Amino acid sequence: MTTVAQPETFQPTDAQLREVALSRAEYEQFCERLGRSPNRVELGICGAMWSEHCGYKNSKPLLKRFRDRPIKSAARVLVGAGEENAGAVDVGDGLAAIFKIESHNHPSAVEPFQGAATGVGGIVRDIFTMGARPIATLDSLRFGPLDDPNPVKAARNRYLFENVVGGVGHYSNCIGVPNAGGEVVFAKSYAENPLVNAMCVGIAHIDKIASARATGTGNSVILVGADTGRDGLHGATFASVDDPQASHRGVVQVGDPFREKLLIEACLEALDAPWLVGMQDLGAAGLTSSTVECASKGQSGIEIDVAKVSRREAGMTAYEIMLSESQERMLLIVERGREADAQALFARWGLHSDVIGRVTDDQLVRVMDGDTVEAELPHDILTEPPMYVRDGVEASHIRAARERDLSNLPVPDDLGATLLRLLAAPNIASKRLVYRRYDTTVQTNTVMGPGGDATVLRLKGTPRAIAVATDGNGRYCYLDPLVGGRIVVAEAARNVSCTGATPLAATDCLNFGNPEKPAVYYQLQQAVEGMAQACEALGTPVISGNVSLYNESAGEPIYPTPIVGVLGLLDDASKRCPAKFQRAGEIVALLGETRDEIGASEYLERIHGLVAGRVPDIDLDLEVGVQAVCREAISQGLISSAHDCSDGGLAVALVEACSGPFGIPEDDAAREVPMIGVRVELPEPCRDLRPDAALFGETQSRIVVSLPAASWDALSDLAKRHGVPLYCLGETGGDRVGIAPHLDVSLEASLGAYETGLEKALKGDS
Amino acid sequence: MNFAVVVFPGSNCEVDTFHTATSVFGQDAEYVWHEMRGPETLDRFDCVVLPGGFAHGDYLRVGAIAAISPVMEAVQAFAERGGLVLGICNGFQVLLEAQLLPGAVLRNNSLQHRAQWVHLRVESNQTPYTRAYEQGQVVTYPISHGDGSYFADPQTLAELETHGQVVFRYCGAAGNVTPEVNPNGSLNNIAGIRNRRGNVLGLMPHPERACEAILGGEDGRGVFDSLVGAMVSA
Repeated sequence: MTTVAQPETFQPTDAQLREVALSRAEYEQFCERLGRSPNRVELGICGAMWSEHCGYKNSKPLLKRFRDRPIKSAARVLVGAGEENAGAVDVGDGLAAIFKIESHNHPSAVEPFQGAATGVGGIVRDIFTMGARPIATLDSLRFGPLDDPNPVKAARNRYLFENVVGGVGHYSNCIGVPNAGGEVVFAKSYAENPLVNAMCVGIAHIDKIASARATGTGNSVILVGADTGRDGLHGATFASVDDPQASHRGVVQVGDPFREKLLIEACLEALDAPWLVGMQDLGAAGLTSSTVECASKGQSGIEIDVAKVSRREAGMTAYEIMLSESQERMLLIVERGREADAQALFARWGLHSDVIGRVTDDQLVRVMDGDTVEAELPHDILTEPPMYVRDGVEASHIRAARERDLSNLPVPDDLGATLLRLLAAPNIASKRLVYRRYDTTVQTNTVMGPGGDATVLRLKGTPRAIAVATDGNGRYCYLDPLVGGRIVVAEAARNVSCTGATPLAATDCLNFGNPEKPAVYYQLQQAVEGMAQACEALGTPVISGNVSLYNESAGEPIYPTPIVGVLGLLDDASKRCPAKFQRAGEIVALLGETRDEIGASEYLERIHGLVAGRVPDIDLDLEVGVQAVCREAISQGLISSAHDCSDGGLAVALVEACSGPFGIPEDDAAREVPMIGVRVELPEPCRDLRPDAALFGETQSRIVVSLPAASWDALSDLAKRHGVPLYCLGETGGDRVGIAPHLDVSLEASLGAYETGLEKALKGDS
Repeated sequence: MNFAVVVFPGSNCEVDTFHTATSVFGQDAEYVWHEMRGPETLDRFDCVVLPGGFAHGDYLRVGAIAAISPVMEAVQAFAERGGLVLGICNGFQVLLEAQLLPGAVLRNNSLQHRAQWVHLRVESNQTPYTRAYEQGQVVTYPISHGDGSYFADPQTLAELETHGQVVFRYCGAAGNVTPEVNPNGSLNNIAGIRNRRGNVLGLMPHPERACEAILGGEDGRGVFDSLVGAMVSA
């Protein structure tokens, strides 16, 4: 047997361990399990695989909570969390929806355009790796305030915003996958640490779902796509340490969406080939994690020769080749003897490929450089990093903020003007400025695009459609991660239910600070608990996801920000329900109860400058009932529109459901815009509340619906049957937004504030 | 009728075009790979469509590399014989680069990609692509492009206008052609033009995305209805 290069002689210094993000104790554990000390290449491989990004060493014990109890709709789950590159659910007719959300936060903080672009590229590869054609991406973005009073900070936040949005658009437009939804939120906590979470949904034939398994001893390992360069070295470990500012642009990869598009087509074509055994994309930790994952899933071994890897530059070491994160590369396992067929297929698409190794049966990942063994490691050591269960403690200043007494807070004199200010707040205002830069209609499946509650995409060849929404609320999770976690799942599911679709499953991206800090660990633990409770109640198992920890700068963690994507199924696409009122003269009604809850609201932050108070409570049984009533009312054709009450409360939800010209000529020109205002009166139970709580409080489990008078009795019966409160509020129509007895403003001013708020913040004249 | 849908590396609307021609209009369609060459490549087709996308990544210049691909010789010959050639979005850009249509497109004046629905005025229904529309009819299609600002030198522009070669113009809901409703800075609000002979049409908006009510609009049907009608009456 060959011997491993530099055996026994390499003793890493503390600095060298820091470079690969391993502690001394972890290093010693690695040596012990290996039965010898590793060389430099092996240490680098271990550092990458044991990083939080690849190994989930802090989060895995917590993530188990998602699988604690059986979830009823789990019967539809074809591929669950952690099994493959993404999760899959059965959507009927032999089709699977395959989806996942992933972060690209750290690279985007350093090089926002390419960081965001390659974030899209990475998640799209996770989807087509499984044999699914990507049919939509959604992105959830977080930045510092565009209108920060400090001009230097505002300029920096705008720079990050412009370039992240530009990068997302650049990549997704070019690959021809509609970017059809998502969300954008601004808060100081994200100023130095923006969040870029991208979700991708694909559709595959169930019997063609591909696996990332290396099986069949002697089969070939082929690397396809871009040549390997020094870009992205240490990306996985970089994502697992504090303070992105301390890093540099060199670790950020540069994307080539054109090559990705070719890879999509070629890989989907390869799925039909008899010689394809397995497929795995190269993401974080490049060749290292892809070979280790394939060997581990196949319970086999892999031997590769880095000398056979085509490179962008001369002089690259085995270490660099193994840890490069050059984009647009795929690893294929191909039947022995059929290598030429595989290479010919990729060549037809203009893609270069190299046969770099073979599948073995020795449970080892062996890296050769010509005749030299550069690394030889058992894959199970690499895929079983040490696990840390820590003790979380809530930070006292956060508890104090939550318990702050808000009862003496003055109610604004002019509630109409307050509504206009809220509508123009960047967190509430229309995100048209963002999504008009994304191709939302390519692939001709987009039935309802961005701007509503959820994106609805038809499934061609079937009567069905899927609905997808992402949601997150860092402010809620900061003030109360348990309740915040419940709400994030509930709201994403509610958004899906508002279109008429039944939520089937969820994906999550957990964006948190440094878990080694008890206060951050507490947030992580509580948020996961809350999310798991809501997933159980709503019947939406978590089938995929990603964890992004160490989101801090200058020692300050970001708001704990779990982002949840929920996918639902609509049996009859023609019954989809829009968010906006459809015609004048219909009844406006509210499903759900309104309570005295202004804590943690956008109103409190925007108008009073406070991040404080109790997060709105959520009764998961009521939530389930409200969503069920909404879906049944839609499927029975009782209601004309349904819109979730969230940021900004009932008053903002009512305005968002209105329509009319709003003063942007090029967009006004685009559609015949009917003028539909709204006139309502707050129902009796709301009269006793603080007016600002009734209007702008963010009580959960509420949906604004509109319906013809003839449907009222049927809707009433339906609500009663589910034990869900239903209030008649008023009527659609007119050119005002009237909410008696508190406010009455013009529709034009309301929509104008809503539609131009983001642009004004961007230009600094808000 | 039989549509040829040309596929360049990086095309991304070829499936939409194929779907619309076959599933929505019940016509025949085949994909034609960019490396195909020779006169027989396109002989059996009634209409050649260059679809949208980012052919060859739009590297160098939008449409520039695709314009010199082998299949374009066949497209050129097909057009010279009077065959119907339709370029949509990136396909229009390729036709401009291949000089099958005059002028060029520049980066949008916003310097950003623009994806939205737009109103278009049908400036001429005297083409095989627009016969099903009324003259001056206002239709709604989606656009999605970063480089769609039509440009030509004053003489070329004057000739286009004189010979009625401007087929679609960006307008408001009432058909008003004003700078405010121009999404990309195109000269004279030009959204689509034809060649002098009338058999080659290029436009930035996407009629193939506007042929089914479930997608938010059916105004694009006129283009396919016109083509199918042209073939029946021919």
